[in-house]
Amino acid sequence: MADTASMTVRELAGAVASRAVSAVEAARVSLDRIASADRSLRAYLQVFEERALARASEIDRRLAGGESAASIGPLAGVPVALKDNLCTGYGRTTCGSRILEKYESPFSATVVRRLEAAGAVVVGKTNLDEFAMGSSCENSAFHCTHNPWDVTRAPGGSSGGSAAAVAARTVPLALGSDTGGSIRQPASLTNLVGLKPTYGRVSRFGLVAFASSLDQVGPLARTVGDAALALGVIAGFDEQDSTSLEALRQGDLDFVRDLERPVAGLRLGVPRQARSPQNHPAVAAALEASIGVYRGLGAEVVEIDLPHLAYGIAAYYIVAPAEASSNLARFDGIRYGRRAETGPGDHLMALYSRSRAEGFGPEVQRRIMLGTYVLSSGYYDAYYLTALRARRLIKRDFDGAFSAEEGMPGVHAVLMPTTAGPAFKIGEKTSDPLAMYLEDIYTVTANLAGIPAVSIPGGFAEKAGTDGQDLPVGMQLLGPAFDEARLLRIARMHEAATRWHERAPGVRG
Amino acid sequence: MSGVANITMESVRRVAHLSRLALTDGQLAACADRLGAVLSYVDRLKELDLGGVEPMAHPGGATNRLQADEPAGESTGPERRLGPEALMRMAPASMPPFVKVPKVLGDEGVA
Repeated sequence: MADTASMTVRELAGAVASRAVSAVEAARVSLDRIASADRSLRAYLQVFEERALARASEIDRRLAGGESAASIGPLAGVPVALKDNLCTGYGRTTCGSRILEKYESPFSATVVRRLEAAGAVVVGKTNLDEFAMGSSCENSAFHCTHNPWDVTRAPGGSSGGSAAAVAARTVPLALGSDTGGSIRQPASLTNLVGLKPTYGRVSRFGLVAFASSLDQVGPLARTVGDAALALGVIAGFDEQDSTSLEALRQGDLDFVRDLERPVAGLRLGVPRQARSPQNHPAVAAALEASIGVYRGLGAEVVEIDLPHLAYGIAAYYIVAPAEASSNLARFDGIRYGRRAETGPGDHLMALYSRSRAEGFGPEVQRRIMLGTYVLSSGYYDAYYLTALRARRLIKRDFDGAFSAEEGMPGVHAVLMPTTAGPAFKIGEKTSDPLAMYLEDIYTVTANLAGIPAVSIPGGFAEKAGTDGQDLPVGMQLLGPAFDEARLLRIARMHEAATRWHERAPGVRG
Repeated sequence: MSGVANITMESVRRVAHLSRLALTDGQLAACADRLGAVLSYVDRLKELDLGGVEPMAHPGGATNRLQADEPAGESTGPERRLGPEALMRMAPASMPPFVKVPKVLGDEGVA
């Protein structure tokens, strides 16, 4: 059987299109790898073996019948995994929560329908921190996921299952969601490319809402080209998401076409605030190395000031819980999900409160309470409005950096680490929520500002892992809203020059 | 600001009630500690000069797009055509065409 597991999305789609490999073979290899590798990683919550093979077989039949791969779609026969907060009209959609443990959605998310319409074969749904609240997958109600680079460590989160699934070569592509770094941070800890698109670029219809003004769906893949291809498939206007931007109706969705063309006269900004003493030495070294890479390619790299970067986490932990407390009010034990037992004398209120106490895990409960607190009478101005004002300042920092006006930095993208350190040990940060929250210090500002950001392989912390393994560290590029095409070209320049992405974890499978 | 913001048991109990969460005293006490730690951390926003800064609830200049208040028809996607049966199937306790709920009127008692 062909070694389809080591192929990129574009290689595999090409092999299926030329009928060098059948879609069924590709699905079989993926399912076999899940069966072997996932025993130690636990990246998946569900595997759709029968359905995946049937879908793959349907694609093979269409190709055999003379239909061109191009007419089927750019992902014809490519196995993909979905974070389990994306609704599928088949199987379950659990959000990693007891409250939705048995929930079956009656419809598929727009992004899922677009992937499948492009020929992708969904093989399974991946683990996450409950309702995407966490940075390690340890908040999943079901089990934690292990990092393929070192199984004693977390894969990051909340899209940690998707990251582990791609890093371990069970699939070449997975979707995640990113509210404060949930695609980029796990990508950084597993040597992947993880893209959070501009707010409004990708439909959120069918993504179970956490914080509606911050959430975006995006790809995790092994190469920039694969992430670019996936973005083109899932992006675009969607009538069913009222925050999907109407202007995108006519937008160019080909992010691959110009990918190999380096950006001429590239100007990058490195925030002074991101050269923090808190950074792990390998992260600090990777940042300087990346600056060297871009300078070597002829780019101009300048120091910039993002004075409010350090306030991102504080603003985020007011805004995100406030929105979550409202979004999660829909889980009431009545319309769907877990319902607590009640006696004949019990009031409706007891059903609500017990169902939610039984169904939500401790971190979700804490965030609901935090959000309720900051929105409650007497605290709304002091906390919520203050955070929204700080959010404006964070956005202005980026507007200033990207501004080409006289005296402004006028950079095409901001370059900084994705995380301050490599993957941490499972259990290391669970007792200190603030330490866990600070995992996202470099990622939350993109969500608050609504701009696109991508994490790319940035190098390795040599011998930093258990038993002396090397651990990957990520670099992040942030660009102006709707500038994904250029941002991905800038990322591709780094990838082509460093080839860090070619290193694979030594996971057995 | 040093130390942890003081969240009393009374105030955490009130927030749990507003959040519709029936928590034990032990859980409430643990929540009070954690909430206090986070609220102390976010206090750093008070260092900022926010005078005259307009709150930003949402990125970009998007405006609400409303749809016509009409039943979904053939022209809309399958997601918009969820009938009462699909909704009833999701409800954990029902007696079609009704969803079962405990008593709604009267004293709600201790939540």
